[in-house]
Amino acid sequence: MSEITSSNGHPPTDPHHDSRSTQELGEPIPNPGLPEHQPRPSDVDPAMERRAERQVAGMFVAATVLALAFCVCYFTIDPQATVFGYGAMNLALGTTLGLALLLIGLGANHWARKLMADHEIIEYRHSAASSPEDREAAITAFKTGAAESGFGRRTLVRNTLLGALGVLGLPAVVLLRDLGPLPGDSLDHTVWRKGVRIVNDVAGTPLRPADIELGQLVNAEPALFFPQQGPNGKVIPARYDGTALNDEKAKAAVILVRMLPEDIHPIKSQASWGYDGILCYSKICTHVGCPISLWEQQTHHLLCPCHQSTFDLAHSGRVIFGPAARSLPQLNIGLDSEGYLIALHDFYVPVGPSFWERG
Amino acid sequence: MKFLSARRRHPLAGLVVLLLALVVMGGLYSAFRPAAADQSGSDTALISQGRRLFVVSCATCHGLNGEGILTKQNTNFGPPLVGVGAAAVDFQVGTGRMPMAQPGPQAQARTPIFDPGEVRALAAYVASLGPGPAIPTDAQYSTSGLTAEQIAQGGEFFRTNCTACHNFAGKGGALPNGKYAPTLIGVNPKYVIEAMITGPQQMPKFSNGVIKPQEKREIIAYLQQLKSQPGYGGSKLGSLGPVTEGLWGWVLGIGVLVLATVWISNNGARVTKKKSQ
Repeated sequence: MSEITSSNGHPPTDPHHDSRSTQELGEPIPNPGLPEHQPRPSDVDPAMERRAERQVAGMFVAATVLALAFCVCYFTIDPQATVFGYGAMNLALGTTLGLALLLIGLGANHWARKLMADHEIIEYRHSAASSPEDREAAITAFKTGAAESGFGRRTLVRNTLLGALGVLGLPAVVLLRDLGPLPGDSLDHTVWRKGVRIVNDVAGTPLRPADIELGQLVNAEPALFFPQQGPNGKVIPARYDGTALNDEKAKAAVILVRMLPEDIHPIKSQASWGYDGILCYSKICTHVGCPISLWEQQTHHLLCPCHQSTFDLAHSGRVIFGPAARSLPQLNIGLDSEGYLIALHDFYVPVGPSFWERG
Repeated sequence: MKFLSARRRHPLAGLVVLLLALVVMGGLYSAFRPAAADQSGSDTALISQGRRLFVVSCATCHGLNGEGILTKQNTNFGPPLVGVGAAAVDFQVGTGRMPMAQPGPQAQARTPIFDPGEVRALAAYVASLGPGPAIPTDAQYSTSGLTAEQIAQGGEFFRTNCTACHNFAGKGGALPNGKYAPTLIGVNPKYVIEAMITGPQQMPKFSNGVIKPQEKREIIAYLQQLKSQPGYGGSKLGSLGPVTEGLWGWVLGIGVLVLATVWISNNGARVTKKKSQ
């Protein structure tokens, strides 16, 4: 630190620092310099020093013990056991590992504060730019290189190189395109079609209009997803399974709601799509595709919990609030010969969020 | 038998036979009549008691005969109660939501002001206005005898039908304009069933025709299971999702980090004593 203490005990001015303004105006307040260095108790008292050393080592030893305890807990505690309503194993693992890490950090910090060298250091701020000579040299070297390579002069070489680099992008495009089949028109269609029964989700029970009371909400699915009772008593197995089921369910989920027929004010083209006050809408939000079933039966509003898009189901599912840009698609429904609710057609518009081709 | 056959042409014989036939028919009827008709006498008393309570506490908004009152804009001041059934009364009055202390976005559950007997009387009166769902019996919400598989299916019904408003852990959530879906944890299962079949306030109905009574019992069992679930992930912070987790993370987590930083960069204890050589 001999560099920073000048003869008057004040730190010298930084040689790189532009201090003209200070010289012209004079210092408004005399530079007080650094305060006198005060040693720490552990610097002057050997007993305190040994104590700090023991404390640091103690923390590191405790961290070691806790890390070992973590391993013991992992193998000995029953994963189902609980302590104060918490899972005993997770609690023990978290406590031991967390405290071990904390003690290593605390020990290192204590070590630095009590035992490592303790003196004041000044680090001056410098201009970030290189010196004019260095900059000049770098520009000269670059120009020499450009001239000697003939990059500007040999246009054939230059253009073929640029062409090669450009075409190098094609393999990447080909690989990306091959990540999976293109969706084709699968986004435009769901498994709904004329005659598919609308059944209660989870249980798969078909629904009659009489089952659905005024103010009712039903989370429903097409019957194709559940085993169904056939006409001759035979059980028809579910049409979809595994990932295909999940793919189709993500598009075909619907909700049924029932309101007073005089409360419904549909747009003309959808006026006949309900059945006696029962309306069927897609359950997939047209914003980013969250499933929505937060229905307020008195206001007839359907809310999406993700971004608060709100659809008015009494007005053909138009958007009355939030980021959704399209009305909720409505399913045209009717009854089959046995009196169960069925779809009369697939959705006329793609369900779910917008995509490029949908325009 | 000679005594009877000798008097079969007696002028009073027809009358005696008629009386006998009436006594037999009456006896048979009283032996086989439907049990519900049994309480007709006490029902009348209950209904008239309910009617008196209704006129004092409910008629201001719901009309003297429960026909409902409209505002000048033709919206409901108090909705009609004809056909809402005893279950709706038991839910609204039994949980203290009705009578409402003042108009607001939503009737809130509080200490009920009617005792159970009075609630029963009010329910009997409103049920007499028109047919509606009855108060569920113990068997409808008892969860005894349900297998783990059925409880798990109750969880599926719960996640499909209830979580949109009542939260993944049944803790309730916010609705627009100051309304909210209340918590389901610790609520008497009878009221959960009643809410499903009557659809109080903004809640839609989940009728027995769609969610079968057995499936409703499975949902109740899942809710009870949810309540006793230990916190395997540590403190649940109310199971309210990002709101409480964010609050703890930003206030407590970052707060402690800031304090620790201040402590580390602080100069620490100093003495004026010089090092002894």
